[in-house]
Amino acid sequence: MDTALLIEWLIKSVILLFFGLTGFAYLTLLERRALARIQVRIGPNRAGPWGLLQPLADGIKLIFKEELIPPLADKPLFILSPILTVLPALIIWAVIPWGRQIVIAGREINLYLTDINVGVLYLTAVASIAVYGITLAGWSSNNKYALLGGLRSSAQMVSYELALGLAFLGPIMLAGSMSLVDIVEAQKNLWFVVPQFLGFIIFLLAGLAEVNRAPFDMPEAEQELTAGYHTEYSGMKFALFFMAEYIKMIAISAIAATLFLGGYRLPFIDLPPILDPVVLFIKIFVLVFGMIWVRATLPRLRYDRLMALGWKVLLPLALVNVFITAVIMVFTG
Amino acid sequence: MALPERAQVQEILRGMWITFRSMFEKPVTIQYPEVKRRIHTRFRGRHVLNRYENGLEKCIGCSLCAAACPADAIFVESAENTDEERYSPGERYASTYEINMLRCIFCGYCEDACPTQAITLEDNYELSFTSRRDAIYTKERLLVPVPEGGKPTPQKVEPGVFTRAVPEMADPTD
Repeated sequence: MDTALLIEWLIKSVILLFFGLTGFAYLTLLERRALARIQVRIGPNRAGPWGLLQPLADGIKLIFKEELIPPLADKPLFILSPILTVLPALIIWAVIPWGRQIVIAGREINLYLTDINVGVLYLTAVASIAVYGITLAGWSSNNKYALLGGLRSSAQMVSYELALGLAFLGPIMLAGSMSLVDIVEAQKNLWFVVPQFLGFIIFLLAGLAEVNRAPFDMPEAEQELTAGYHTEYSGMKFALFFMAEYIKMIAISAIAATLFLGGYRLPFIDLPPILDPVVLFIKIFVLVFGMIWVRATLPRLRYDRLMALGWKVLLPLALVNVFITAVIMVFTG
Repeated sequence: MALPERAQVQEILRGMWITFRSMFEKPVTIQYPEVKRRIHTRFRGRHVLNRYENGLEKCIGCSLCAAACPADAIFVESAENTDEERYSPGERYASTYEINMLRCIFCGYCEDACPTQAITLEDNYELSFTSRRDAIYTKERLLVPVPEGGKPTPQKVEPGVFTRAVPEMADPTD
């Protein structure tokens, strides 16, 4: 294999990981500041200018915290599950395109790690692995709150994955490809959010449930389950669960932007390819801010209503959406 | 299929609008160590022991404050004044005056009981201490500084001037 290609992949992976981890750190700050503003407070502003060093302070604090492992916990699984949760959140970035090609020193560089022809399938497959981490965390802690949180998360994530997968189908049918780059290029003139508005709404709701964000944060439900699946976790292992949650938030926003909002492209305007990641970043920012905003507004759903919404509303709606899209595509050619 | 009702969607959107609007309101946070909250006139903060203009202590060591204290936080021990070493007008002064801030409930009864208005609750609320011993405020910590033109106690005074422990009322009908 070409050495230069290997180095290129390595650099791009490092950039993606760096983006993911810094994104996680500063998303926690953004969330705390935004929630504070919505609640007419100021939020953390002591560590550094505008509180910019707060994530660093939190990180240092978590590193020096004692790592507790309950004596009756299943030790190997207990250690494994945070890793199992955070890994999919990181590797999901491999197929998300963040730009076209740029030329550096006579070498054409694609601004994505890889463009596999089953990109969307990869997304759904990788996103499903995270549920193992959370369920195993709940089970191996040997704690009833954690177990309940784990059970809830497995039921919730499995139910909402169906609607999520069906919402993926709309853009796939319109673009006629499962490659994410093809899907973005197919939205050159019209974002898929217009013909697939219902699909977009279903995707947003199911995506919120998939990353366990309010109002679908049943697995961690502080008030009922103390902290759900991560009740027994402390220190860096606890930080890994949070890292996974926030990176998944960014990832699901990136996927929503790619599938429905034109990814790294703006409609009609042709920007130089070097600005593509900026365009994608702005879209991700808006979607992530929306998630924080929803969290600040809506109370947690009751568990049976969550299941009813998933199975009785979102799944049939997604099926209807796929059916209508298919019929229209057949008739209009 | 149970689609959400129109009213439900409307309420969700209304809620989102309210939280969006509140983002542009002025924060109610007071940046505490730099900015301090306004203190109300009848606020009851830490006690002080006051002095007369000439520097003599108002406290005459009568222990009425200790008797009035519901939390038993005040301890007073009194001693005799002489004209050579005068701390306060009248016969006696407080040689020891201690308030245990861990017991004090800031009710202000000591202030009410005091016949000379020697003890008053002022506006200092920043009472932090790192040991139980530090929590006991001694006389030195409670006494206000000597006012301008006054002399520190004990003072050497003319005999027969400061014979009244409780000052004469300026207006008895008041």
